[in-house]
Amino acid sequence: MRDGLVAALACVYLLPIATLFGGSLAQDGLGNYGSVLQRIDFLTLLCNSLVISGFTVGIGTLINSMAGYALARTTFPGRQAALAVVLLCMVIPFEAVAVPLFYAVSREGLRDTLSMQILPFVANGFSIYMFYTFYLDFPRELEEAARLDGAGPWQIYSRVALPNSKPALATNAVITLLSSWSAYLWPLLVTAGPQARPLSLAIATFLATPPLHWGQIFAFGVLMVTPVLLLFLRLQRHFQPNALTSGIK
Amino acid sequence: MMQRPAWWMLIPAALGLLVFVVVPFVCSFGMSFTDLALGSPHPVRWVGFQQYQRLAADPSVARALTNNLIFAVVITPLQTALALFLACVLNRPGWRLGGFYRSLFFAPVVFPMSLVAVIWRYLYAPGASGAFNQVLNALSLGHWQPRDFLHDPQLALPSLMLLSIWQGVGLQMVLLLAGLQQIPADLYEAAALDGSSPLLRFRFVTLPMLRNTLIFTALMTTILAFRVFDQVQILTHGGPAGATTTLMFELVRSAFERLQMGRACALTVVFVIIVVVLTGVQRFLLRQKSL
Repeated sequence: MRDGLVAALACVYLLPIATLFGGSLAQDGLGNYGSVLQRIDFLTLLCNSLVISGFTVGIGTLINSMAGYALARTTFPGRQAALAVVLLCMVIPFEAVAVPLFYAVSREGLRDTLSMQILPFVANGFSIYMFYTFYLDFPRELEEAARLDGAGPWQIYSRVALPNSKPALATNAVITLLSSWSAYLWPLLVTAGPQARPLSLAIATFLATPPLHWGQIFAFGVLMVTPVLLLFLRLQRHFQPNALTSGIK
Repeated sequence: MMQRPAWWMLIPAALGLLVFVVVPFVCSFGMSFTDLALGSPHPVRWVGFQQYQRLAADPSVARALTNNLIFAVVITPLQTALALFLACVLNRPGWRLGGFYRSLFFAPVVFPMSLVAVIWRYLYAPGASGAFNQVLNALSLGHWQPRDFLHDPQLALPSLMLLSIWQGVGLQMVLLLAGLQQIPADLYEAAALDGSSPLLRFRFVTLPMLRNTLIFTALMTTILAFRVFDQVQILTHGGPAGATTTLMFELVRSAFERLQMGRACALTVVFVIIVVVLTGVQRFLLRQKSL
């Protein structure tokens, strides 16, 4: 009976996904995809999303893992205070700072830029804390050899810790990518035109722009979700949900 | 043995947090006591608690908070129960279908909420030709009267909840699965030797061992219910007649459509208080030994 219930639930779950992929071929078949590329500048939107998410994940992973490592493995005055600030920042959702940031960005004339959709999301309290707990449990023997060879914290971090942090790096990259690729509220506030708009926002404007053609809208949707779906399938092996709950033990 | 000081490795992240989290966060509080408006020629005035008094008297804010509360109260138990059920069923080693189901239920997590909203707008289409109306008509053997889900004052909010659960349950399921896999197998073996039924084992082994993961994910879902925005903005715009307005939707309307930064910041502070209280509850429960 349990299995039957799960199978029924699976059908309900499959319906919207099947609608998306099936619908993208309805009416004009593959022609829907061509029409999307014709009707809007899809490539610009795709590039925007790739640049925003790529830089957010890339820079973010680097500086947050660096900070997490420094907090876990080195000692300096104010370390406890820094850790407390990280914990506080973990609790503050982005929405809590959106209005002052929107005000500043508008006043400085920085709307419609890619950098203002990257920089606010690079440093992240949650990521730092995740790396911090990961490096606390990191086997010290690996680092010890490098330290005896006279390597400093930077060398040990970049040559020993980082290459051995695949699960933490992959998990952090997946989480950051998912939230960056889905960004909606912030791009809605800071983009007026399509030139710096990401796909996640553009699909809503595409839906609202007549003529309403569901085949094309779904084709847009498939093009937008496929990159993250593929990347997730690739990284899935390293993705560790445990890391998300690292704060509760 | 600690290494040499390396506080400089903190600088890039610290700078980012300072500029984009700490300073704007403090500004939110400060700006909420002013009548700051974007593009207004008038000088900014300090208005004390006026913004908060206006929020308290504004029926649309009360409506938004109520909707968020309903959202949280309905979604948290439903989604947690569904995720727990799926996690328990899928936690069966060597089950061929298990991997398929796991990927299927997790897939919506990878979908951006804006895309989810777009797909569900199609499914919720009004009239007899709408996908859900057709399905319900077939299931009820022709007794279903077509409804306009997203424009029906009674159905609009539940419709948004349904798609939110569809998107959110996968993440909670995966976290609970990870929690289940950490329960030592000998606990179950000992319980089985004692002759306890699967239901008793669930009650006295699974639930206590999963307690912290359950609390963590349930409060995560509750907090998310207070952040609901994308689906409201895309599907209902807060309507019909405020039936689906939320705190975030009111906030964006104040800041973006009316350019009233002071008011939007006061709403931000209200939001922050809610999140901080919920996080406090979460931390408190996690520290307790038993429920």
